[in-house]
Amino acid sequence: MTLLVGKHTRAIVQGITGNQGAFHTRLMLDYGTQIVAGVTPGKGATVSQGVPVFDTVASALEKIDANATIIFVPAPFAKEAGMEAIDAGLNPVVIITEMIPARDSMILMAYAKEHGATIVGPNTPGVITPGEAKLGIMPGDVFSPGGVGVASRSGTLTYEIASYLTHAGIGQSTCLGIGGDPVTGLSFVDVLKMFREDKSTNAVVLIGEIGGSAEEDAANYIAETHYPKPVAAYVAGRAAPPGKRMGHAGAIITGTEGTADAKMKRFSEVGVLVAEVPSELPRLLQQQKAALVQH
Amino acid sequence: MKLFEYESKSLAQNLGINTPRGGLASTPDEARDIHKRIGGEVVIKAQVLVAGRGKAGGIKFGTKPDETRDRASEILNMTIKGERVKKVLVEQKLAIKKELFGSIVLDRANKCQTVLASDEGGIDIEDVAKQSPEKILHHRLDPVFGMRGYDARQVGLKLGYAGQRLNSLTDLLSNLYRLSVIYDAELVESNPLVETNDGKFVTADLRVIVDDNSLFRHPEFQERAKEASGEVTPLEAKARENGLAFVELDGDIGIMGNGAGLVMATLDMVNHYGGKPANFCDVGGGANAEHVATALQIIQGDQKVSRIFVNILAGITRCDEVAKGIVDVKKVVGLKKPLVVRMQGTNFEEGKRILNSIGITTLEKMDEAARLVVAMKVA
Repeated sequence: MTLLVGKHTRAIVQGITGNQGAFHTRLMLDYGTQIVAGVTPGKGATVSQGVPVFDTVASALEKIDANATIIFVPAPFAKEAGMEAIDAGLNPVVIITEMIPARDSMILMAYAKEHGATIVGPNTPGVITPGEAKLGIMPGDVFSPGGVGVASRSGTLTYEIASYLTHAGIGQSTCLGIGGDPVTGLSFVDVLKMFREDKSTNAVVLIGEIGGSAEEDAANYIAETHYPKPVAAYVAGRAAPPGKRMGHAGAIITGTEGTADAKMKRFSEVGVLVAEVPSELPRLLQQQKAALVQH
Repeated sequence: MKLFEYESKSLAQNLGINTPRGGLASTPDEARDIHKRIGGEVVIKAQVLVAGRGKAGGIKFGTKPDETRDRASEILNMTIKGERVKKVLVEQKLAIKKELFGSIVLDRANKCQTVLASDEGGIDIEDVAKQSPEKILHHRLDPVFGMRGYDARQVGLKLGYAGQRLNSLTDLLSNLYRLSVIYDAELVESNPLVETNDGKFVTADLRVIVDDNSLFRHPEFQERAKEASGEVTPLEAKARENGLAFVELDGDIGIMGNGAGLVMATLDMVNHYGGKPANFCDVGGGANAEHVATALQIIQGDQKVSRIFVNILAGITRCDEVAKGIVDVKKVVGLKKPLVVRMQGTNFEEGKRILNSIGITTLEKMDEAARLVVAMKVA
């Protein structure tokens, strides 16, 4: 079984003719992902990266069979792009776009919930099932197939940690970024639920950061459900001062809430293996034999 | 973007929300004149973006215009939590029956806006929240339909109001919600929200934080967003003008990297090995040579920086572009501080070759590079 994306994925790229959209369509195709159509308003009936381009998602689906989408459209249009994909029944909807207003995200997430669609992001590097497919902007070569599920609020830090795992011979089942914004689709708790059911995932790595309560919520869920698989975590931003936004819209300590120390402490309390520095993660996982069983 | 109290109140007034009568002063004499104009007793409040000005002495009272001038002069000479006071708001002192707390916040976990309210408002609300959280009521708003009249009424009812007063409070809460929608505010907070002796509800204080990501659709804030005011240091302002995510810190090791999470982890690692970061600087994904050069020049121009750690894990960023940016700085203004460069990922062989040619060695492992930069002896 592959989570969210895999060989079965037939994806549309919304915003395929922009710089980022075109560049990453090429890399996704090179990785072996089935990108079957692109959408850019006004560019219908053209071709980008060898992929046919349409003006709307609905018109693409009249000609082509697709089941997922990845969105690169600029922030002011991202909410509607997401709704267009949901209306067409595409699932999952991966939103790479950053700097989307929180109100737009809030409305989009409510729409997705009503229609039973899964949204990854916004402000995410995307999702990859190593060796099968990627819907995202991550460099494919740092990942390797295996049994560890990785969920993260960051992009580059995920690549850093995936490369440590890969170098240590620990492959990954699925890696995904939940997004660096205050309001996102999938939460850590949602991803933990998916990894719990996923037979190819034996252990989970969570990569958190300052701001919000996604890590605390995950810790509470792990404790309440006696989570059956080992979980290891790293939380970025111990050195971050309060009240300052650290690059990501969601990475801000407000008052005394959302500090890295509080999140790490909560994780430790519920039995999550907490890494002081990212490079410790492989060793923490190697202590858990289950993580090393390859599928 | 945090708005000053006087800015927040001017938005509120446009929506018919009750605010105390008053005016804004930049000098003690202006404060005195405002007092003369409005009469009665006044409150003089420091206009700063940091929280906690009341406890820091940034709020004083004046019974006569001359006293108000003196108190304003004291406040205008203050620096509160590092922020210079440049203006004071002089307002009529309200006849307070009760101080409430009312706030509409972006509720990240529930993906909606939530009303937080309490009948124990005022300066100690944070203590109330900590010691008796049950005294703060939470009322979630539908993310699509927002605050309906009955949402506001329910909150007013829970705060203990009935009849005409309930209706007045309902109107005020509805208008605060409207403000949050019109201006894309992630926070609208009135503390205290005052019930006066004559039965009115007045936002004695008002704080608004606008969602930075929505600024593109708010031309009214364009000028305001450019001003480096309040909590932004001159160095941060300069970096942000150049499109960098930048936060100034108080250590001596300059940090530059690509990706917010990676840069945060870099700061943590430098700390972990006993060093002190001077800044957070994210050049972002896909940065070109020029962007890297600008970032490096800003960091090396900071007096307190003794050495610099460049940490690049290239995905969409290319190591050769980063290397070219460093070479450009060397050619144009010179490298003023020792550099430790860690590079891995896209085109790293080429990046390494370019840097080696100007005598800079690169490392591949982040831990190793962090340890090296911390241990480095500096003059």
